[in-house]
Amino acid sequence: MFTNTNLMEFIFGRLSWDSLAFTHEPIILVTFIAVAFGGLAVLGALTYFRLWGYLWKEWFTSVDHKKIGIMYVILSLIMLLRGFADAVMMRTQQAIAFGGNEGYLPPHHYDQVFTAHGVIMIFFFAMPIVTGVMNFVVPLQIGARDVSFPFLNNFSFWMTAAGAVIIMLSLFVGEFARTGWLAYPPLSGADYSPGVGVDYYIWGLQVAGVGTTLSGINLIATIVKMRAPGMTMMKMPIFTWTSLCTNVLIVASFPILTATLVLLTLDRYAGTNFFTNDLGGNPMMYVNLIWIWGHPEVYILILPAFGIFSEIVSTFSGKRLFGYASMVYATVVITILSYLVWLHHFFTMGSGASVNAFFGITTMIISIPTGAKMFNWLFTMYRGRIRYEVPMYWTIGFMVTFVIGGMSGVMLAVPPADFVLHNSLFLIAHFHNVIIGGVVFGLLAGVNFWFPKAFGYKLDPFWGKMSFWFWLIGFYFAFMPLYVLGLMGVTRRVNHFEDPSLQIWFVIAAFGAFLIALGIGSFVIQLVVSFFKREQLRDTTGDPWDARTLEWSTSSPPPEYNFAFTPVVHDHDSWYDMKKRGYVRPLEGFKPIHMPKNTGTGVILSALSVALAFGMIWYMWWLAALSFLGILVVSIAHTFNYKRDYYIPAETVVATEAARTKQLAEQA
Amino acid sequence: MSSHPHAPAQESAHNTHHGHSHGHEAAHGTFKSYMTGFILSVILTAIPFWLVMGDVLDSKALTAGLIMVLGVVQIVVHMIYFLHMNTKSEGGWTMLALIFTIIIVVIALSGSLWVMHHLNTNMMPLNPEMMKNMP
Repeated sequence: MFTNTNLMEFIFGRLSWDSLAFTHEPIILVTFIAVAFGGLAVLGALTYFRLWGYLWKEWFTSVDHKKIGIMYVILSLIMLLRGFADAVMMRTQQAIAFGGNEGYLPPHHYDQVFTAHGVIMIFFFAMPIVTGVMNFVVPLQIGARDVSFPFLNNFSFWMTAAGAVIIMLSLFVGEFARTGWLAYPPLSGADYSPGVGVDYYIWGLQVAGVGTTLSGINLIATIVKMRAPGMTMMKMPIFTWTSLCTNVLIVASFPILTATLVLLTLDRYAGTNFFTNDLGGNPMMYVNLIWIWGHPEVYILILPAFGIFSEIVSTFSGKRLFGYASMVYATVVITILSYLVWLHHFFTMGSGASVNAFFGITTMIISIPTGAKMFNWLFTMYRGRIRYEVPMYWTIGFMVTFVIGGMSGVMLAVPPADFVLHNSLFLIAHFHNVIIGGVVFGLLAGVNFWFPKAFGYKLDPFWGKMSFWFWLIGFYFAFMPLYVLGLMGVTRRVNHFEDPSLQIWFVIAAFGAFLIALGIGSFVIQLVVSFFKREQLRDTTGDPWDARTLEWSTSSPPPEYNFAFTPVVHDHDSWYDMKKRGYVRPLEGFKPIHMPKNTGTGVILSALSVALAFGMIWYMWWLAALSFLGILVVSIAHTFNYKRDYYIPAETVVATEAARTKQLAEQA
Repeated sequence: MSSHPHAPAQESAHNTHHGHSHGHEAAHGTFKSYMTGFILSVILTAIPFWLVMGDVLDSKALTAGLIMVLGVVQIVVHMIYFLHMNTKSEGGWTMLALIFTIIIVVIALSGSLWVMHHLNTNMMPLNPEMMKNMP
């Protein structure tokens, strides 16, 4: 045995057998066994069917924006399952833990669960699915062949995945933060959270943040520089507009998060006193800074959802979007205003009447452009020939639900009301109301809408509608009771209650969570059923919804190069315009197409980043130093990789396009 | 509908591989402009050093304020002479991005100062002793 503890400490840092959480927590042990068996089954199946080479060559190293977009969405759906498992655990605990019953989650575990739920849902479900859909759709919508920086795109995805891996590691190795999803100091400082939980939080977010920021830069450059000829700014599809604004927000706000977390890191690792209670530190500064990032963040999530609804409403109403220009201006106004409201997240911290009044009013003002959008959608539907397909279900569900969430938001924007309602379940109900009713419904609508474009077959409508109804009804059952409880003064993040009269509301909420579980289950069934019925659901036209923007002018799924010829745009519903004017697909004159080449550098860099983060979290300084060195070496070596591009030969293009011509002729 | 209204729809497409073909008009500096920038930035660096090392002004606050102002001027010099920013480069996008950045930075800095001033006045210092004695 090793007797030299210094050597052990040098090698393993803080890591020891006791850190492996599943050795002493039965719940985690069961989870670990399930994950281990599930993981082994997946790995075994991949090996058995010899899929590793295919995955590596066609997906992991791919710089194709469509494949990267799909990988983002898959990552986000996996993380949704993890985050939702946390939600179910909380709902169950709160439904049973009354009076003498302690429930099954002790406080230190419950605290990790609600922190993990928030972090995962925002950073590793909502962010990747938004980025994924933007990645897939935006280049197609503007008639481009890829994003501006294809390798950077692959690297961004893998950094996001690396962040997710770091967060998932905390489930089994060590513990997660017990601080709430924004890790306010002084609780998250070294004095009150000495363990590895907050370090997992910091490094997971920092690594994923690199990916998010870079992908924001990439998509801005793509939208600004790579639009098809004729597509002026005011002819861009509305989803592209909202994506542009979202990415501007990402680039402008994520550096603030990074800097704030760096200061917290210095407090924890280097003993500085930015956010401590003594020696001149001020924890309120952290709250201020994190919300300067945090409020734009909620618009980063919702703006693309607004864009998706706009595309869906005009497509399924068979009309131009009502008030295109006002929609664009509303989006831009929201982009700026989202930087003027952050204090409404801490009205009660004591800044006084003048400050609170200012931020209360700006918060109420920001609901105006959002309301304008709601009327735009309504007027688009007015006298439209509405087709009730699954994406339209989600859209109408959104319009009703989001308006309720928006109104409870305006209530919270009134500072005196906020003094009563802050930190209560009313707040929890409000932000779930807008995030589920807005972002989740929006992205699920988007997945249903663009799925045929991505995979060449539609999703099964029956299971899609089942999923919608379970989600919608489940949402109301799960969160309306929380409004009631919040008005009665029940605070958030509590794992045990004394007053038995509250229990019924928590039981109803738990039933709602069960319905949402059925909704998620139906969605998974929808994916599986659609895969098996793919021949019936096949889209041979490339335009299954009779839609209006450029992505529907190419085949489903689009060829690697998206468009054999770059389209020329005359109107903002350019594909509708082309159809109306009797567009004829060009059948000859194909040229070789210049494309970027796949590279594994992104995967390697992200793996090294996981090692770096793990080293930093567990104080294994040698591992951190080595992997940091590795990152530098690999990054520099990559700059000497001159084999970055290739040409798709003209014959391949001719063959691909001929196959599409044949397919179109068959169904005509 | 006639069958060829969109004949020109693809004509300009051949030379736009990746959209790299437009927007490369960003200016590059001349020897003179680089020298101007260099000399200006050296002067703007030297003045703060002189102010601090030579104890020129009596008021510390005035010195600090002056250094901040010189820092801002330094930023402008760098943007014009080294980053070649002007109102026309990249079709105005550089200028637009700059204006947006300034708006956001001004909002974040002035807002933080305002908010933190109020919070500090109302809530600090807060130590465990005070917490115990709170009503």
